[in-house]
Amino acid sequence: MNPIIETRGLTREFTVRAGLRRTRLRAVDALTFTVEAGEAVGYIGANGAGKSTTIKMLTGILVPTAGDVLTCGLRPVQDRRRLARHVGVVFGQRSQLWWDLPVGESFGILAAIHRLDRAAARARTDELVDRLEMGAYLSTPVRQLSLGQRMRAEIAAALLHSPRLVILDEPTIGLDVLSKQRLREFLIEERTAHGTTLLLTTHDMGDVARLCDRVLVIDHGKLAYDGTLDGLSRRVGVERVLVVDLTAPTPDLLDIPGTTHLGSEAGGLQQRLAFDAEHTTAAQVLTAVNQRVEVRDLSVEEPDIEDVVRRVYAGSRR
Amino acid sequence: MAEPVVHQGSVGPVTRLAPYRAVLAARVRAQRSYRSNFLIDLGSSLLVGFVELAEVWILFHNVHVLGGFTFVQILLVFGIADFSFALADLFFGHCDNLPTYLRAGTLDVFYLRPQPVLMQLITSEISLRRLSRAGLGVGSIVIALALNDIDWSAARVALLVLALVSATATFAALFVWAAGLQFFLVSGAELTNAFVYGGRYAATQPAAVWSRPIKVVFGFLFPMAFTAYLPALELLGLPGPQWLPAGLAWCTPLAALWSWGMALGTWRVGMRHYQGGGG
Amino acid sequence: MSPNLLPYWKLFVAGFRQQSTYRLAAFGGLVANATFGFLKVAVLFATVRAAGGQLHGYDLGVMSSYIWISQGLLGSINLSGRTDLADRIKDGAVAVDFLRPIDVQAANVATEVGKAVFALVPRGIPSVALGAIVVGMSLPSTPAPYLLGALSLLVGITVSAATAYIVATVGFWLIESRGVQVLYMVVSGFLAGLFVPIALFPGWLSAIAAATPFPSMMMYPIDVISGRVVGLAALGLFAAQLGWLAVTGLIGHALTRAGRRKLEIQGG
Repeated sequence: MNPIIETRGLTREFTVRAGLRRTRLRAVDALTFTVEAGEAVGYIGANGAGKSTTIKMLTGILVPTAGDVLTCGLRPVQDRRRLARHVGVVFGQRSQLWWDLPVGESFGILAAIHRLDRAAARARTDELVDRLEMGAYLSTPVRQLSLGQRMRAEIAAALLHSPRLVILDEPTIGLDVLSKQRLREFLIEERTAHGTTLLLTTHDMGDVARLCDRVLVIDHGKLAYDGTLDGLSRRVGVERVLVVDLTAPTPDLLDIPGTTHLGSEAGGLQQRLAFDAEHTTAAQVLTAVNQRVEVRDLSVEEPDIEDVVRRVYAGSRR
Repeated sequence: MAEPVVHQGSVGPVTRLAPYRAVLAARVRAQRSYRSNFLIDLGSSLLVGFVELAEVWILFHNVHVLGGFTFVQILLVFGIADFSFALADLFFGHCDNLPTYLRAGTLDVFYLRPQPVLMQLITSEISLRRLSRAGLGVGSIVIALALNDIDWSAARVALLVLALVSATATFAALFVWAAGLQFFLVSGAELTNAFVYGGRYAATQPAAVWSRPIKVVFGFLFPMAFTAYLPALELLGLPGPQWLPAGLAWCTPLAALWSWGMALGTWRVGMRHYQGGGG
Repeated sequence: MSPNLLPYWKLFVAGFRQQSTYRLAAFGGLVANATFGFLKVAVLFATVRAAGGQLHGYDLGVMSSYIWISQGLLGSINLSGRTDLADRIKDGAVAVDFLRPIDVQAANVATEVGKAVFALVPRGIPSVALGAIVVGMSLPSTPAPYLLGALSLLVGITVSAATAYIVATVGFWLIESRGVQVLYMVVSGFLAGLFVPIALFPGWLSAIAAATPFPSMMMYPIDVISGRVVGLAALGLFAAQLGWLAVTGLIGHALTRAGRRKLEIQGG
């Protein structure tokens, strides 16, 4: 079985005019990786690290400056139209739907664009509408939808023609926690049911943790890490933070095992404890805290992508 | 789960056009839903047409013959040019939306669909409000044909039809050419408007009055003289100036081909620039 | 470079770079002016020649002046009927304007006039220069027409801004004031003498034009500057402009007051 994505030394340079000087900027620098069918890959990196540029080269929008790329066994630029039948892309910021038309009509048009058989298209649309719970707003114009509703419609639009590869560019950005959860569950189901390959760029570590079994970290155009999420955590010592609101001001909790005390607010009413997700869990830390003081409320902070990337980069420099 | 059956290979012409028909039908529906705006646009298009006709009429109110044409004769030129331009504008006029797509990044969405990008741009909208202007054009042609003493023959009828088709094609090419240039000029719509709408204006004029630079630009580079003026000369049985004899009227299809060649070439170069290919 | 000077250098470079995008737009405008200018020269010169070289006070030179000055004024006269104010009325932001201690009408008109006068530099001067050099035009040799012409131009620009202001205020009552704006766009250029000099209009049409503020915006200033109309007649045109300035100003003022009252009653 051919790999779904195969890149070798993929490079993309831009000429940037700064005043009277011109510099060549390498947005993507000698990227080499392979994605097999059925994988779910998280593609993370800081803003401007080269993620969007990579996606544009994978889908045939941009021509690489150097190197090779094959998507679904096809050359993206030369075979763009054939490739379009096998790839679905969800852009977080750009819409593929027709703005002033009811959502349902967009699906109808897309079915015609992909030349889907009428009955099969109807069945597929019904299935997606059902599983993404869009029935209530199928006749609402897209411009009147909330962000969560629109993102569900975008995902349905990208999956309508049952592509082998689905690329999602920041799909959960701006969504509330519940919507993110439902979207992730849907993607997991879709993958299990059809073996669709997922490539996901995101700033949300929660997305990566729950959806992906592999992580690619890109920094300044270069591939800084390619492996599992666990491996990444181990490499950079990724920490989650438990924030506890206590019932009474308490001196700093410095002796909870497996944690580092980050700080206290309001004389000890709120305290922040960092712990390594590899060695302990939020539940264990909470139990330990509960043994010492009474906890009124709590929240857990996930590690910052920027932080992870920075650490990976710093790590790879050593 | 059953894969949706996708039609491959031998696709009949009807199915090949289905994606474009679907988008256009949706645009027509959308325009109908903005009813009051649409009616205003329809009315204003017509009014603008009348105003432009009035300008021509005012000139002939002052002099009887201009560039070898009387008002009734120039009405034929005006009618053919205006009708063809309105028709081209109806189907291609929105191509100047390209800068908006470029700035918003929504052009990339076109790349993700299994159709040529230019075809998607062309079919992304249809400006039905131009119908009233096209109506004005038809009216002008009909009145001009009635009031002028035309020596009808099968050849002349064929020429009229040929002229209308070629003129529409030539103007359509202008819109595509202008769109292709937008890949380079980020907000350069005014530059291309000069030649698209200036071209329309030139097409309604009796080319005999043109100075040398205009002859080069609108006589041959953007062949406006071939759209309406030359066919009108031939239909009316007038000889035309030395540098543009009436017989050239039969070359209108060549003018259309030349224009489309220029348009597609510009579009190709523009796309390549956008995608960063070719170094 | 000394740290004191560095910020100014950076500002200068930034301003310079801003100008380059501005320059492309200005170049596009110049090309548009030139194209329409030359096409008009072709047709209008032929008209003057066909009339024997003199047509209602226009010879070739004066006609050339008319063509190139009118093209040059395109950036300064509002022929679209669209204004920033119209958008602000539509989305309700105008309520904030009324809270400020300045006259909304005066502020808006003054801003538009300022922008228009500034636009004369990149648009007006190249246009007139192009016409003068390539085609030739006849302009007065005494200073008086230029002095009166400058005043006339300023008043014309103000009348244009004031009339566009009126179109915007209609938005206080009509939710979709698009119809009015579109109508303005269609007739303004025509009646301002943009396409054909008003002097060439048949009698009934000139009467209609004279009953609107449009000729005061463009035609009269051009007549004065080009020297087609001189002496008392020129002063007469200027007086008509001032009259229209008063009328549009008063109407705008009344509409602003009424609009403000409407907003207050509605609760803003």
